[in-house]
Amino acid sequence: MSYAKAQSKSTLWDWLTTVDHKKIGIMYLVAGAFFFALGGLEAILMRIQLMFPEFTFLPAQTFNELLTMHGTTMIFLAAMPLLFGLMNYIIPLQIGARDVAFPFLNSLGFWLFLFGGILLNISWFTGGAPDAGWTAYVPLSSESPGTGLDYYVLGLQVSGLGTLIGGINFLVTIINMRAPGMSMMRMPLFTWSSFVASMLILFAFPALTIGLLLLMLERVFGATFFAVDFGGNVIIWQHLFWIFGHPEVYILILPAFGIFSEVIPTFAKKRLFGYSAMVFATLIIGFLGFMVWAHHMFTVGMGPVANSIFAVATMAIAVPTGIKIFNWLLTLWGGRIRFTTANLFALAFIPSFVMGGVTGVMLATSAANYQFHDTYFVVAHFHYVIIGGVVLGLFCGAYYWWPRIFGYTLDEKLGKIFFWLFLIGFHLTFFVQHFLGLIGMPRRVASYLDGQGLNEMNFISTMGAFLMGIAFIIFVVSIFTSMKNKVNEADVWKDGRTLEWTIPVPTPEYNFAQTPLVRDVDPLWYEKYEGDGKMKAAEPLGDIHMPNGSILPFIMSFGLFVASFGFIYHDAGQTWLAIVGLLITFGAMFARSVKEDHGYHIPVDEIKKDLQKEGR
Amino acid sequence: MAQHGIDPTAPLTGEPSKKTKRKLAREMRTQLISFVFMLFLTSMAFISIASDAIPSGFAFPFILILAVIQVILQLYVFMHLNERGNGWTNAMIWTGVLIAIPTVAALMLLLGIVKW
Amino acid sequence: MADHTVHSNTLPPNPEKATLEGKNKFLGFWFFLGGETVLFASLFGTYLGLRGGLNGGPGPSDLFHLPLVFIMTMILLTSSLTSVFAIISMKKGNFKGVLGWMLLTVVLGITFLGFEIYEFVEYYHYGLGFTTSAFSSAFYTLVGTHGAHVLFGILWISTLLIRYRKSGLTLTNAPKFYTAVLYWHFIDVVWVFIFSVVYLMGIGG
Repeated sequence: MSYAKAQSKSTLWDWLTTVDHKKIGIMYLVAGAFFFALGGLEAILMRIQLMFPEFTFLPAQTFNELLTMHGTTMIFLAAMPLLFGLMNYIIPLQIGARDVAFPFLNSLGFWLFLFGGILLNISWFTGGAPDAGWTAYVPLSSESPGTGLDYYVLGLQVSGLGTLIGGINFLVTIINMRAPGMSMMRMPLFTWSSFVASMLILFAFPALTIGLLLLMLERVFGATFFAVDFGGNVIIWQHLFWIFGHPEVYILILPAFGIFSEVIPTFAKKRLFGYSAMVFATLIIGFLGFMVWAHHMFTVGMGPVANSIFAVATMAIAVPTGIKIFNWLLTLWGGRIRFTTANLFALAFIPSFVMGGVTGVMLATSAANYQFHDTYFVVAHFHYVIIGGVVLGLFCGAYYWWPRIFGYTLDEKLGKIFFWLFLIGFHLTFFVQHFLGLIGMPRRVASYLDGQGLNEMNFISTMGAFLMGIAFIIFVVSIFTSMKNKVNEADVWKDGRTLEWTIPVPTPEYNFAQTPLVRDVDPLWYEKYEGDGKMKAAEPLGDIHMPNGSILPFIMSFGLFVASFGFIYHDAGQTWLAIVGLLITFGAMFARSVKEDHGYHIPVDEIKKDLQKEGR
Repeated sequence: MAQHGIDPTAPLTGEPSKKTKRKLAREMRTQLISFVFMLFLTSMAFISIASDAIPSGFAFPFILILAVIQVILQLYVFMHLNERGNGWTNAMIWTGVLIAIPTVAALMLLLGIVKW
Repeated sequence: MADHTVHSNTLPPNPEKATLEGKNKFLGFWFFLGGETVLFASLFGTYLGLRGGLNGGPGPSDLFHLPLVFIMTMILLTSSLTSVFAIISMKKGNFKGVLGWMLLTVVLGITFLGFEIYEFVEYYHYGLGFTTSAFSSAFYTLVGTHGAHVLFGILWISTLLIRYRKSGLTLTNAPKFYTAVLYWHFIDVVWVFIFSVVYLMGIGG
């Protein structure tokens, strides 16, 4: 393909075939936001049902489906894709790269995620969504009637494959594509934490792949891994799920930590305190994240020694996390703090997340865990770490990088209203749930009896959820009303420190006309104070090589989507669909393998024209 | 990504340098020796089971050690993990092994049948 | 881009890592293998956890047949060696050698797969169906996943052999052959553990 041809695609075809990390990032953000709204709606419906004792707003079966889909959607289809969106857009810019290492696979990862997400949600219209909780414990899940759980298994399998591919892509990008001078220990913290999160993806998702494979074989082909009467064992699933599931929560929280580590120094106008300690703390959290999964299974009966080992390992995670908290506080200390919306989210994160961390240590106490297990105390804990950590991180990152990604700043006034409503709503919803759990309300129940002291706190919790819902609507409105706040300077926040603030808005498709030369941590900050405020170039202006777009990732993902229906309706004699789907996928893989694709070059004249337009 | 001026579809021509040739010859010798050694290890493992003279309490750890040696040979001699510039690949493979060990151990032992 | 091109390139010492694309592929594929380690660990763990669950069906010592497994092991080990020779040919710039050795690797792979299918059919006749017991499900899933990897490897290498039968060694296909060989070695690595842990320990205890 030539440069002219690459420029003349229709908009739809361009987005379907794009391999540009920026466009893929935006697609992740849009799809993730959609699923986030969907998961939020599911949560609101559940909270309405629990507003009053023995309320009959929803049937219990629907409630079970909602709670399963809320958890699954929020983890796999909202939080992770939203983080992937930011990672996709920002990481190459932060390391001074023109693209990711595998643009084609990057696009494949996105389409697999999207088709997996759509597949999972189709279950609503085909006789019932999955209803065994997001953890899908066997034998509840292996014996669950209907096709809901089959959609769960295949939807997650397809989207999980996409995540794994994305993880490998980020790892290789960060290792191989850094600009000259950008050593590992000069990388911005967001890139670092995404790097560690990608490592966790690489090693955690295969366990889920196998868990889902076993569950599929059990449900669709009659295997007997989990059937106790055939010599099977149900704990196998719990181990496989949590060997994946525990690292998964670190996959979510580490990039969020990274976002805060970018935002706090920018708005405190100070270098991040303890950079290397931050890096090592991230690595240690990543490692320990793999060695603690059995703390989800304290009540299974593994025995006191096994429980104690996992309890101690779990508590140890508090140490590197504490290091991080103190580093953020010390970054703020003595800084000239600007209370932008992005920074407000970062500041609110610190106490909120610490509360979730404290209940985490409580839960890690394996003896006390017998009391907390499967109560609302657990629900409160993980919402404190996931909303207080990941969701605040996502909003923080959204406000911070919005002008970089979309070319306009989000309205600060609406932003602050949104922030306060959301924060108050969040604490209102989940703070009382600690006590609901301690006085004995089990999680995942569709209703509760009157006169047990649960009424008031459940009502308060529901009000909080409404508040969060209203706040989110304000955020969505502000996305549209802020469009007039166009930005046209690279360093939008004036105090930008990293490379993504050195390039024009909107970001040119080749990112950097000349690869920058990195001379220190926080390269832009360094040039502002030691140089002339502009990045030095590491290469002369020249033609820029770009990868060609391709529709094959879309086709491959579509093939697996079709094949999934073959497996889901295997019992109904639709296995042919699986064969057709797999043929589509493997055919597309074959085409990709056989047809060499060497991309095209953007001529240097075009780049010079762009530079003139920007007046540089 | 194609660097400018290099056609990635053009056939590679020319001979490898003398140094490379010597290195390749050495490499091939090491690989052949390793292969023979692997054949030997495999046979040992099979014999230790096939002959009933060896108690399984000894044979099992013995077989496992042989398997580990063989895998290390595969990784370092056949797959060239020992070459310079393979720091990251080594790191990732060994991290994978590090995570694989507790995974296998837990699935074997922590199934609620024996209480530890 | 025709005006910039040179029509042949000199052979670098490591043609698989001579371009950035090659370097990326090399590293990314190794990382994938790191992930596969955990994937197979999960399957091994499942098998080891469930191997006692016979449900009255046949167990390892009733089924496994040492000579057959020994032959299969030798075949796969030899195919590992032939793929090593392919890489040596590649570094020597001898593309015919690459194709020849890879073809031999594929033939050995097909032979291995044939034995495995024969083996599964035999076990089925002994009364070990996929759904017979937890042991049978776990056994077929573990060994079957390995077999599926072998099959994928055969298809992959065959595609490369057909696609590049006339092209000569290039900077584009060198990393492709190299990663395929890495994959093939990894299959052998997994098999080393399968014959040790599943077959030998199954018969021995």
